[in-house]
Amino acid sequence: MGRASAIVGVVLVTLVAAAALLSFVWTPYDVSALDIAAKLQPPSAGHWLGTDHFGRDVFSMLLVGARVSIAVALVAVGIGMGLGIPLGLAAAARPGTLLDETIMRGNDLVFAFPSLLIAIMITAILGPSALNAILAIGIFNIPVFARVTRGAALALWRRDFILSARLAGKGKARISVEHILPNLANLLVVQATIQFSLGILAEAGLSYVGLGAQPPTPSWGRMLAESQTMIAFAPWLALFPGLAIVLTVLGLNLLGDGLRDMLDPRLRRRVRT
Amino acid sequence: MRDSSPLRRLLAATLLAAPLLAGTALAAPRTDIVVGMQLEPPTLDPTSGAAAAIDEVVYANVFEGLTRFGPDGEVLPALAESWEPAPDNLSWVFHLRPGVKWHDGTAFTAEDVVFSFDRAMAPDSTNAQKQLFKGINEVTAIDDVTVEIGLDEPKGLFLSNLAWGDAVIVSPASIDTDKTQPVGTGPFKFSKWVQGDRIELVRNPDYWGEPAKLERATFKFISDPTAAYAAMMSGDIDAFPVFPAPENLAQFQADSRFQVIVGSTEGETILAMNNKRPPFDDIRVREAIGHAIDRKAIIDGAMFGYGTPIGSHFAPHNAAYEDLTGLSGHDPEKAKALLAEAGVTGLKPTLVLPPPTYARRGGEIVASQLRAVGIEPQIVNVEWAQWLEQVFKNHDFDMTIISHTEPMDIEIYARPDYYFGYDDPVMRALIRGLDFTSKDEERNELLRAAQERVATHFVNTFLFQLAKTGVADARLRGLWPNSPTQATDLTAVYWAE
Repeated sequence: MGRASAIVGVVLVTLVAAAALLSFVWTPYDVSALDIAAKLQPPSAGHWLGTDHFGRDVFSMLLVGARVSIAVALVAVGIGMGLGIPLGLAAAARPGTLLDETIMRGNDLVFAFPSLLIAIMITAILGPSALNAILAIGIFNIPVFARVTRGAALALWRRDFILSARLAGKGKARISVEHILPNLANLLVVQATIQFSLGILAEAGLSYVGLGAQPPTPSWGRMLAESQTMIAFAPWLALFPGLAIVLTVLGLNLLGDGLRDMLDPRLRRRVRT
Repeated sequence: MRDSSPLRRLLAATLLAAPLLAGTALAAPRTDIVVGMQLEPPTLDPTSGAAAAIDEVVYANVFEGLTRFGPDGEVLPALAESWEPAPDNLSWVFHLRPGVKWHDGTAFTAEDVVFSFDRAMAPDSTNAQKQLFKGINEVTAIDDVTVEIGLDEPKGLFLSNLAWGDAVIVSPASIDTDKTQPVGTGPFKFSKWVQGDRIELVRNPDYWGEPAKLERATFKFISDPTAAYAAMMSGDIDAFPVFPAPENLAQFQADSRFQVIVGSTEGETILAMNNKRPPFDDIRVREAIGHAIDRKAIIDGAMFGYGTPIGSHFAPHNAAYEDLTGLSGHDPEKAKALLAEAGVTGLKPTLVLPPPTYARRGGEIVASQLRAVGIEPQIVNVEWAQWLEQVFKNHDFDMTIISHTEPMDIEIYARPDYYFGYDDPVMRALIRGLDFTSKDEERNELLRAAQERVATHFVNTFLFQLAKTGVADARLRGLWPNSPTQATDLTAVYWAE
């Protein structure tokens, strides 16, 4: 069961990633060229998923949109991991100290803000763009990774093999990198998958309200927003970007679940017995 | 599951009975109306705010001026019954309507007129259209119902200037509260403002003219086009005089419950360029952009076919209109040649777009058409407040798309410090000449020359005249089809049987 859903997840994620990669070399139509005469065509052999109100090919836009969504979510998760994990490791290495308190209370501070609201604030100050969307989403990934890392690392610090490493004279920083981090990898990969799917959703949300990638770059969220008033007579315009978001997020969540089942030794044991 | 629970039966019975009840209620024509608007007015005093939404609620409904615009833009008597100019055209005598009362019961007199003009013309005046009052040197009350207005020099558009929403007469007794509780002389009295939701007006039983047919009017603010569509379809709103989503009009047209009212507006929609900033100070670059643009594609793609192409800053329904679209016809090759001649390559101008559909959608089409000739516009979507600050006030932009909805506003090309920065002595002389001419034929001649001047200088790229696309319940009568000024005049509106 777990394995089957993981396979579905892998297939969905691979498809979306392939679509994004494909869009770099080929799309059926140029997404920045408008063809007003061919506007609002329903799906056909010429335009597989129809055309939008500017006569752009929806399928081509979805391909390029996949690229934007993935890039934004990927870099945002990268920011979260790049900053969150070192912070979490540092806090766990000296629990209860001023350093730990500062990091974790800072975390709480960021956590306490409604993330989408802050994202809107950031893009309002810096101007809407894909880059600022990355920044806004990335900032909220930092405390997630810091907290997960610290929690798991604290437990590890009490383990015997860490004690022996300390007895061998290794410094705290070195132990964190050489022994703690590798043992957290499973957990972090699963968390990254979850954050990645949240990042896709957040990007769609931001571009839906006009704060993500700016025209003419297509993005799934803006495609949804622009198609709203046309749902009654051109439902494909809302249907396909909506489906793309749902399937991507579903795929990532299934993949995350599957990875957790496979990578977490305790769960694995329970499954086998 | 079978439909057997008592609750369900009760519900079904209620649902069946509901249409019957509604049917009896609708037998007599309704005397109320709910009007939908996209933007909520920030205040309700038209003499101290620039927002079109203010006039769209209070103009001709609550506040009146000495003169007013009729449904087709003609200047009609309002609080002034009649007027006559002095032989030298340097002063005008206005005979006010006797027996007019303010909504608070006090009498309207010539002193109120003097007060309103003095306030609008004061150095610290916050009137958004001060140029309307320029050249007025003195306003005096001769008696209770007679006012004399003295001018520095003759003004051709004087009577029409007085008809603007910014020139309505206000009462000194209520001026401090007009922003939230306006007191006027019009056929409707202000009743209630639920901020963020609606404004309610009730009929003024003591109106000096023919009283309004409706007893109550509610203006409801719905900014989201999808929600506006849903509110119309569900009957929550009876009329949406400026419906924000042209793509939905076909559906309303196909539905017998609704009427679609398409008319003209004074909105010249233009691709404005910063004439003071290189390379837009080069006429060849501006001409190239004019030839790069395909107006028909913009009207079809952004406005779903609603709009009339224009070739200068002038409304096609005006008698002095001249079709100059041919000067900047769609010709990408010529555009490229002109850009090469001007030595401009790798141009990446900012294209600042305010929220309306014509700008956001039109902007994407304009950007795509400019890319076809080698210009890479950077689209910057902004909210209204930011547009006013950044573009209109600080002139920090390369290009923008905007609809100028004021009537007869070609005179903005005679203001060197206006946001697009066009500075031309010939144009200034032409516009000044208008003030000394009151004969229609001579005025039209000057207006044609002015249109040609801005068109041949390619000051901006003139896209199309905004259409007024309204949706209303099929039984409503008396709504203005056109929009000669920013107004939703409900005086003559009624429900047919």
